[in-house]
Amino acid sequence: MFSYTFRRLLVAIPTMFVIVTVAFFMIRMAPGGPFDLERALPPEIEKNVLRAYNLDQPLWKQYVDYVGGVVQGDFGPSYKYRDFTVAELIGSGFPASFQLGFTAIVIALVFGVGFGSFAALRQNSGLDHAVMAVSMTGIAIPNFVMAPLLTLVFGVYLSLLPVAGWGDGALINKILPITALALPQLAYIARLTRGSMVETLNANFVRTARAKGLRERIVIVRHTLKGAMLPVVSYLGPATAQILTGSVVIETIFDIPGIGRYFVQGALNRDYTLVLGVMITLATLIIVLNLIVDLVYGLLDPKVRYD
Amino acid sequence: MTAVLDIDDLNIRFSTPEGTVNAVNGLSLSVSAGESVGIVGESGSGKSQVFLSTMGLLAKNGRAKGSTRFHGEELLGLKADRLNAIRGVRMAMIFQDPMTSLNPYLRISRQMTEVLMEHKGLSRAEARSRSIRMLERVGIPEAAKRVDMYPHEFSGGMRQRVMIAMALLCEPDLIIADEPTTALDVTIQAQILDLLSELRGDTNSAVVLITHDLGVVAGLCDRVVVMYAGRVVETGLVRDIFYSPRHPYTVGLLESIPRLEGDGEGGAEHPRLKAIDGQPPNLQSEIAGCAFAPRCPRVEERCQQERPDLIGLDNGHACACHKVGPT
Repeated sequence: MFSYTFRRLLVAIPTMFVIVTVAFFMIRMAPGGPFDLERALPPEIEKNVLRAYNLDQPLWKQYVDYVGGVVQGDFGPSYKYRDFTVAELIGSGFPASFQLGFTAIVIALVFGVGFGSFAALRQNSGLDHAVMAVSMTGIAIPNFVMAPLLTLVFGVYLSLLPVAGWGDGALINKILPITALALPQLAYIARLTRGSMVETLNANFVRTARAKGLRERIVIVRHTLKGAMLPVVSYLGPATAQILTGSVVIETIFDIPGIGRYFVQGALNRDYTLVLGVMITLATLIIVLNLIVDLVYGLLDPKVRYD
Repeated sequence: MTAVLDIDDLNIRFSTPEGTVNAVNGLSLSVSAGESVGIVGESGSGKSQVFLSTMGLLAKNGRAKGSTRFHGEELLGLKADRLNAIRGVRMAMIFQDPMTSLNPYLRISRQMTEVLMEHKGLSRAEARSRSIRMLERVGIPEAAKRVDMYPHEFSGGMRQRVMIAMALLCEPDLIIADEPTTALDVTIQAQILDLLSELRGDTNSAVVLITHDLGVVAGLCDRVVVMYAGRVVETGLVRDIFYSPRHPYTVGLLESIPRLEGDGEGGAEHPRLKAIDGQPPNLQSEIAGCAFAPRCPRVEERCQQERPDLIGLDNGHACACHKVGPT
């Protein structure tokens, strides 16, 4: 398992390299630059500024310098937040983003599996159909629609929750963004769980468990759930990726000081290093989380061996 | 002899999108203590469903009516917790496909000990050592080591041995083996059958052997019940069924056993395997006469309209055919 983990991390290096390279040139292809203002700077000042950030060098030289810095863990200075390095900005945004994303995935998992199992155990009943219909809606509505809708209903009409803002991380400020982030994943996990549970409940080995005279609770918890969870665990990889990218939208809509908001602002400001820094952070997280998911899968399914 | 299992006028219906399927119709049979009964019939004859209903394992769309008593206690409609005190303990079932009938995500030790811990209240350690002894008894080499393996680490024959060991854990009065050898190689089949007959010798459990293979029945059973289209068509001692079969269906089944010596239609040089022409009937509609009539070589007009009753001959031999009278 250690050698497998090591190999997976080795394979991640070229992946990261490709991501950095593509991202670097893509953001440079976008029109405009970090210091373009409505009123153009005097040429000599602009020249000085560009020189200060090494932006007057040929592009390939800038690329080599940037990659060299990243390899040493240096993401460079932000162009817009003058006194901060990109690493400092990401560090300051990380706690809010982490709380949001982590809570969302936990909620999606717990409630998704709960509702899905509930529906599977009452297969084809009215409740089953109701849960599935609601979750289909949850999947179909994108979070950039869901978030304003939630704001409108709970923030504006009912005035129960703040419309936006972080309020130094008060719980009441987190409810709407976490809900908006978790709902589509929750809905998908519920459907996945239901399908997989229904299939496992019909498996021969579950019939064997019943034939052994085991209590229904043991038949479900011990004999059915474990097998039924495998597709859900596989989905956690893509789910975390979607939560991470989804938080970019959600943080912007709810004005939350996380790394997602830095990403959007960085992209609009052509703050090249900030955009790339956030990109590398997200890519690393996705790769690592996918690796963890695969390792957990191996623990659950004895037929999977990593060596 | 007292009856361990007594099935009386059992009817099993499945509601499907295409309509109701009458899988089992008015079936009665009983199994005495220590007796071994073979249930023979082709796929779809309802033979497995009879005993799945006994175990309370019918698919959700299936309904059983009539009576199935185990040591006098009615099983049909019994509440789950009462049923769980019987199944797995006093009657156990061995399933057809050992590849899928063991839980792939749990160690063999877990799947065995849970039975003893649930029903006999044993501690984990006691249950474990009993499980190991049972695995040794069914011929699993290095049982103490292999007990902690997962099902995929066993071969098909070994898995079926594990299934058998699991069924025997609580020393049940009745073992229902549903085609225990169908999924296995021929040589492994023979080993498993030897094991079953050996275990029968030491345990005094009654055995119900569900199969489509008459050869299996000959080696292991005292009595045979031949089923066709959800009904018993002939029943009797193995000897009587094999040497003097009366029902045309039983005769056809016996003739369709492949033989090495050539006495088939093609002459000694090219013996042809005999088959029963036609297909089993569709059980979605009520069959007025004898269900076998369309395929029967001895069919007459009466067979199409009037259903033959099971008529006792001698020695417990009984047959449901208009052409066969009491001797």
